[in-house]
Amino acid sequence: MATTATTVSATGQSEPMRDMTPESEWRRVWSRLARNPMAIGGAAVVLAWVLIAVMAPWISPYDPIEQDVMNRLAPPSAQHWLGLDGIGRDVLSRVLYGGRVSLPVAAVVVVLASIFGTLYGALAGFVGRWPDEVAMRIVDMVLSFPALILAMAIAAALGPSIHNSMLAMLMVWWPPYARLARGQVLALKECDFVPAARSLGLSDRRILLRHILPNSVAPSLVLMAMDFGNAIIITAALSFLGLGAVPPTPEWGAMVAEGRELMQQWWISTFPGLAILMVAIGCNFIGDGLRDAMDPRLRLR
Amino acid sequence: MVVAALGVTLISFIVSHAVPADPIVSNLGQIASQRPEIVKAFREKWGLDKPLYEQYFTFVRNLARGEFGTSINTRRAVTKDLALFMPATVELATAAVVFALLLGLPLGVLAAVRRDRPIDHLARLVSLIGVSIPIFWLATVSLVLFYATLHWTVGPGRLGPQIERPDYVTGLYTVDSLIAGDFDTFKDAASHLVLPGLVLASSIMGLVTRVTRSSMLEVLSQDYTRTARAKGLRETRVVARHALRNALIPTVTILGLAYGGLLSGAVMTETIFNWPGIGRYAFQAVVTNDFPAIMGITFVIGIMYVIVNLVVDLLYGWLDPRIHYA
Repeated sequence: MATTATTVSATGQSEPMRDMTPESEWRRVWSRLARNPMAIGGAAVVLAWVLIAVMAPWISPYDPIEQDVMNRLAPPSAQHWLGLDGIGRDVLSRVLYGGRVSLPVAAVVVVLASIFGTLYGALAGFVGRWPDEVAMRIVDMVLSFPALILAMAIAAALGPSIHNSMLAMLMVWWPPYARLARGQVLALKECDFVPAARSLGLSDRRILLRHILPNSVAPSLVLMAMDFGNAIIITAALSFLGLGAVPPTPEWGAMVAEGRELMQQWWISTFPGLAILMVAIGCNFIGDGLRDAMDPRLRLR
Repeated sequence: MVVAALGVTLISFIVSHAVPADPIVSNLGQIASQRPEIVKAFREKWGLDKPLYEQYFTFVRNLARGEFGTSINTRRAVTKDLALFMPATVELATAAVVFALLLGLPLGVLAAVRRDRPIDHLARLVSLIGVSIPIFWLATVSLVLFYATLHWTVGPGRLGPQIERPDYVTGLYTVDSLIAGDFDTFKDAASHLVLPGLVLASSIMGLVTRVTRSSMLEVLSQDYTRTARAKGLRETRVVARHALRNALIPTVTILGLAYGGLLSGAVMTETIFNWPGIGRYAFQAVVTNDFPAIMGITFVIGIMYVIVNLVVDLLYGWLDPRIHYA
């Protein structure tokens, strides 16, 4: 991005870039993002769910664990908008509470994995030669497993709990960031500013952390936005398989699983799944808009 | 490749052993695992009393002979289990890829040809929803809706309850029933593929649409496309014959790469649709800490990955005659 001399506006005309300081580059990205209705819509949806998760104890009509056994399996009604589940818990309240589990887990996984993966890949690319070779073979090894299956194996081995499923996800989540960061660092290493910094007497560590890394984070940010939606889905998937949240925790994936056997009571599994879908779509809209905003050349594609 | 395969075995071995899970409790149950003589016999029988490195070498040695050991769960040779369950997954995954191409390719081409028109935005929306949809939820809800409520499709499983399994040739029920000339069984097997196939296809259809669109856009801006138009060819012919074939290469590549996602999806789809394939077997092995089975599955998945990408390489040569393999 730093190497683009011109940007191409939506009308296809070229315009010279006036100013190349990083601040203006980010402001440019921001203003492009703000003009993308899908990205704004996605951000609004995700933000709404974050607010719902925070406010759940105040906005939920019922306690998410309290059972009304007499009316179990009651369909949606004026008292219970989304009906009651198999042991008489209010589905709406449980859906509203569900975000309190999924959202923080996904955020922690994506943030920690991206930090670790980026540092790992950047270091490998910067050092080069055989350490790079070894480090990347390890990445290949982890990537040669389908992520969900490996996470499933780790989570099952650690025992079902939300912390263990988080740990399992972390272990399979970082390699793509490592690859991405390494590729960026390899390309940036050849840029003139690296020998320039070195000739000024800067240490390797400083060059890597202060000069190369800040220039290589953009693609990782796109990946992070899209990954957040993915992390929500995988968290729910592990819970769905019985490897994540344990009952009676209101967690979206576990709720879908509870409704699985009750085919006539469609509301039990449908609504928590819709919540997952909304957050995931929101994240993908943000990621999609972010990618367009960061690289205007892709817009033409 | 051999190094990668050994690495894969090492990782799965470490993962399944270095964690505080106990196959004894999950296999013998709480009561039997209280009795030391039973536990000791169980350990000796399955070689769990040997040191870890020895267990690993035994595993690799057996692997070289084409053996993964005996599944603690099914009490059968893991190779036998895999041979039993593999065809079901291959059949389902193939159906999913076919559905994804049938839906994703035309949508991607249309989106590219009518860029920035409503159909393009629709394609974008569809593909974003496709990658965002939790497959376990889609599987559950589609069973509830299309099977239990609307009765449009048949239920879970590979065949209806009254239908006899076709004689084993390939293990793919659709193929085997055709070989046997039994069209009723073929129809039943095919109809059981529709819903799980479509559910599984959802995980890769968005990707197919996306990649087809962007590579079509690229190809449509090439000189030879302009030449084809300048020759006075009709637009449909330009798109279908000149552009699409060139645009297929990235799509085929992405299908190879998406294979891992397809297998993850297969775990969900097979578990929910009661489909006796590798995915369901993997889930059962994982929740019961069935080490030999887990390692066998991992190894086979790795090999399948290699094979799929080899097929992808060979397809390049067919799609683009300029690419040769010596």
